[in-house]
Amino acid sequence: MIDVLIIGGGIAGIETACSLQELGLETLIIEKEKQIGGHLNNWDTLFPTKRSASEILEYYTEQIRKKSITIYLNTTVTSIRKQDDGSFEVYTSREVSFKSKTVVMAHGFSLFNAQRKEEYGYKIYENVITSADLEQTFKQNNDVFVNPMGKIPERVAFIHCVGSRDEKSGNHYCSKVCCITAVKQAIKVKQLSPQTQVFCFYMDLRLYGRGFEEMYREAQEKWGVQFIRGRLSEVAENIDGSLQLKAEDTLAARPFKMSVDMLVLMVGFEANKSTALFHNSCGVACTESRFIQPRHHHLSANATNIDGLFTAGTSIAPLSVFDTLNHAKAAAFAIHSYITK
Amino acid sequence: MMKQFGYNSLKSRTIDYKNINTTLISYIIKNEPSFSSCISCGSCTATCSAANLTFFNIRRLNIQIRLGEFENIRQEIDKCMLCGKCLLVCPRGINTRNVIMLIKKGLVTFNLVE
Repeated sequence: MIDVLIIGGGIAGIETACSLQELGLETLIIEKEKQIGGHLNNWDTLFPTKRSASEILEYYTEQIRKKSITIYLNTTVTSIRKQDDGSFEVYTSREVSFKSKTVVMAHGFSLFNAQRKEEYGYKIYENVITSADLEQTFKQNNDVFVNPMGKIPERVAFIHCVGSRDEKSGNHYCSKVCCITAVKQAIKVKQLSPQTQVFCFYMDLRLYGRGFEEMYREAQEKWGVQFIRGRLSEVAENIDGSLQLKAEDTLAARPFKMSVDMLVLMVGFEANKSTALFHNSCGVACTESRFIQPRHHHLSANATNIDGLFTAGTSIAPLSVFDTLNHAKAAAFAIHSYITK
Repeated sequence: MMKQFGYNSLKSRTIDYKNINTTLISYIIKNEPSFSSCISCGSCTATCSAANLTFFNIRRLNIQIRLGEFENIRQEIDKCMLCGKCLLVCPRGINTRNVIMLIKKGLVTFNLVE
């Protein structure tokens, strides 16, 4: 029997495994993709340091090698069943199952599918992209900045809260990281293309973390990024492929229109689909927002309603990389004390 | 034509970012860069002696300058008594008194006053 089975080989799962290994417990990571790292593989830089995401992945790849952590790639967990002796039987897509004393749900989140906000025109209009698409663009090309039509944009608009704080999307919660991501990406656009005018349309700006407010001021003062309070109501395409935006400038208390050459939708977090599978197979409690419910928000943020079943990272809520790694480290301690008690 | 029969046509209230006069905002930001960090919190207006007695609203001036709408600014700007209380309360550390001086200068320099 394994001590700890970790579902998900993203940074939460790997950090949990590394910490547990140091505490002397035997771990196994199950990852559905062909490589480790999860969403971080698709990201260019991390806020607020603008450090390259690949550096973090290189660090963890090295740790896995050093600590000889076992990972099963291309394997999906299909269900978790609690046994009478308190252990778990974890079933996978490979027709093998694993017995484990404890299970960590580190299977992360899904990005909001921007096509569901049809009025914003994602996959309808060529020059509408998501924040995730923009990271890919930055990752592939770090010298020039052009819109999907190959034009250096005169104006770019970032739309905050796409699929977050929106009852119409079924997601009433804040995704926490999109505000600062928009600030980071807006600065990057200005760095690559100083003549481009950059606008951020927000409902509230939530720049809560260390270094976030400083970055916001940098965007305003150094780069001239303009923040406009108002939620985009609709987008239409002009004949030349530019986009006509309609919203209210709520501080001016008047409607406005603006034509931009590129629109970036800041997509939020949603609970991973696996969460519902695990809820059905083992009865783990979920919140209204479909993420896993921690047993106690403050005192046992890694435990769940089921003894021996733990969480690490964004399976409980939208979290930054910083918060994810801290939550994962805490998971290792919680599991260690559960097993050794 | 219709006006002759007592009809009126309304001017659009919609802000069109294509046609914004950025002369004054560029001038102010160049000389007082902190002005771009305004978050429209309204501390300045709350403490303003002139706002207490008149419709003068320094927070709203920021927005009107950005939108290149000088009509109201021309009418309002002289209500400021330059006491500088707004400067003391601004959480962003904007030199609001200098902004007022720059508005006054800018309106004249760029011939934005009729």
